[in-house]
Order: sequence, then C-alpha cells, then structure tokens
Amino acid sequence: MKRWLIALFLPLMAAMPAFAQDGDATVKEIEKYRQALADGNPAELWEARGEDLWKKKRGPKNASLEQCDLGMGAGKVKGAYAALPRYFEDTDKVEDLESRLVTCMVMLQGFSYDQARKNPFGGPDVKSDMEALVAYVTSASRGIKMNVALKHPKEKEAFEIGKKMFFHRGGPHDFACATCHASDKQRIRLQDLPNLTKQEPAQRAYTSWPAYRVSQGELRSFQWRLFDCFRQQRFPELVFTSQGSVALTLYLAKNANGGVFNAPSIKR
Amino acid sequence: MADPMKIRANAMGDKVIVKVLMSHEMETGQRKDSAGKTIPAWFIQQVSATHNGKTVLNAQWGPAVSKNPFLEFRFSGGKAGDKVQVTWTDNKGEKRTDEATVG
Ligand code: HEC
Repeated sequence: MKRWLIALFLPLMAAMPAFAQDGDATVKEIEKYRQALADGNPAELWEARGEDLWKKKRGPKNASLEQCDLGMGAGKVKGAYAALPRYFEDTDKVEDLESRLVTCMVMLQGFSYDQARKNPFGGPDVKSDMEALVAYVTSASRGIKMNVALKHPKEKEAFEIGKKMFFHRGGPHDFACATCHASDKQRIRLQDLPNLTKQEPAQRAYTSWPAYRVSQGELRSFQWRLFDCFRQQRFPELVFTSQGSVALTLYLAKNANGGVFNAPSIKR
Repeated sequence: MADPMKIRANAMGDKVIVKVLMSHEMETGQRKDSAGKTIPAWFIQQVSATHNGKTVLNAQWGPAVSKNPFLEFRFSGGKAGDKVQVTWTDNKGEKRTDEATVG
C-alpha cells in the first residue's frame, strides 16, 4: 500500500523539498516503485516494432537493414551497442548507434540523409522509427559489458572533444554538464544527479539508457537524453547525430566501460 | 492498425500467469493540446482473454488506465502448450487480438 501512496504523491513531494529530507527511505521507496514497473516494461513494444523495421524491406532500394554493419560485421546486432560509438572506415567517422543507423538507411536503403533523420524522437501523433530501431539494437547488448575501444586517433579525438564539452560552461546560467553531474549526492527536486565523472555512477547511468519514460509514455534514446540535458542547461538545441553529440556520447560511454549494459530500462 | 500486443504466458503449478503489454495512447479526453483544443478521448474499453477458446477474463476499462497498459492475471486449469488469446476493443471500435502459447 505504502508503495502506491508514494507513487501517487511523487509530484506533490517534488514541490516540497523539506518532505524528502529523510532521503534514503524515500529513495528506497522510489526504487520499489521502479521495480514494480520493470516487470511490464512497455519498452518491449518498441523492441518488437524495431525488430520488424530492421527486417523489413524499405526505402527506394527496397532493402532491409539486415546487412547493416554496426561494427561487429554486417548484420551482427548482438553486443554491438556495448562497443559504440566507434570509428567506421567506410564513412571515415566516429559514429554512435543513431548516426550509424542513419548511415545504413542512406547506404543500404537509399533514403536521403534528411529522410533518415526524420522524427528522431516520438511524441504526440509522431511515432519514431529511429527510437524503435534503437530499442531493438540496444536490447541485443543486455548483459554485455561496455567495451568502448578508444584506439583509433579519431576515437581519441572525439573523446577529448566530448570531455571538453562536458566541462564547458556557457549559456544564460553559465552551466556545464559538470555543474549538475560532477559531484556526489546532488539532486534536483527528487531526482538524484549521477556524478558522471566517477566510474560507478557513470556506469549505472549509461547502462540504463535507452529507457521507457513513464511520465512521457515514450521510449527515449541516449541522443534524446543529451538533447534534453542541453535544454535543461539552456544551451542551443543539440543537433541530432551531430559530431558534438557523438563526441559527448563517446566520452560518457568510455567512462562507463566495464559496466554491464542493462537497457532498455524503465524510468519515472 | 494498432501495434501487436506482447503476451507472455507461463504455467506455474496448476495456474497460468499471463502478462500482457498493449500499445495504446489511452487519451483521457481531459487533456488539451498546445493550441488549447481538447484532445478527444481514445481508450481501451473492453479486454477479454480466452484459454483454448474458453473465456477466462472479461474486463471493462476506462480512461484512468495508463498509456501502453500492462495487464497481469492468472487462471487455473491451463498447461504448457495451451493457447491464450487476448482481445481489446477501444471506444472508437478499433480492435486487436493476439495469441500466445503457454510456456
Ligand atoms: C541543470 C542541471 C543539469 C545539467 C546542466 C545537465 N543535466 Fe543531465 N540530468 C539532469 C536531470 C534533472 C536529469 C534527470 C534525472 C532523473 O530524471 O532521474 C539528468 C540526467 C542525465 C543523464 C541520465 C542519468 C540517469 O541515471 O538516467 C545523463 C547521462 C545526463 N544527464 C548527461 C548530461 C550531460 C552530458 C549534460 C551536458 C550536456 C547534462 N546532463 C547537463 C540535470 C542536468
């Protein structure tokens, strides 16, 4: 019973910081709420739709994505996400999952670059094929340890750019990612802010995305997570699959190396 | 057409536990869009389940059920290999049926 009361009162408590002062008990109850939700995670609906999309012949070339090379060889999906972003010779670029999917849609299926990047995020009346594909591919890395390489000079360069972006302060509030994500035990309202510069919390955070957001009724990709934190930081809109977004993802993925990937997950 | 449901059915002793995920907007009819216009109600009204053709569950739902609902129920008398079918019908008359084999 208590669990449901807490769930119902969550929005209320968010507005009353004093109420949440006996922090640990509250956090534990929220954890129970998350576990109760996890059993029927609607992310599975996205995984199923994504698998269909992966196998379906689409686009001007009427081809499926089954020959798409996500870094493990053509068509190999298992474990691919745990080693992304990485350098790809055919494009001479470091790509994360989303940008690699765009590459495959262009090269294999014949979509234009703009068509392939259409509807990156779902919303009211918009179903995102991209988020479904992301759900499918990431689900095939569940249980696998993060192992981003950082061997190729372009991977090393991207890591350094990502790190710089993470600590770069700017915008109307003079915020950096680090302002909210580089110290322990910080939180906004009831949301714990993970210290993404430390291995354990960085692993825990990175390996839990993508996630079904109960509050939005949508499955959200890592590109969405970054997009939304740019918004929270009052930075200019992060361009989907831009070089900067990939660099930042690589920096965070590398910090999570060794952590067991466990997503799509479910979040409040 | 609506996306398929995801149904898992597992025998546990003399009971079968069924877990169903449905893909549905479940609009309450109370919300407004960004232009201030009411978003019309659109939700699942009727859910039924059969075991080898015999009805084991009948439910009437309303707009208080969440988007992409999850339903768990159990019934007795089933065993591995049996068929479980679930059907929902929404207030627009749209309907979807999916089937799973008890594992
Ligand atoms: C104003 C504070 C703020 C800033 C600045 C900020 N974030 Fe966030 N971040 C949040 C909040 C709030 C959440 C959501 C926590 C929740 O819902 O549990 C979050 C969540 C995240 C998560 C997911 C953590 C998890 O465990 O699910 C990642 C990764 C992340 N942010 C990265 C970044 C990056 C990279 C930047 C810089 C571009 C950034 N954030 C800037 C507030 C911020």
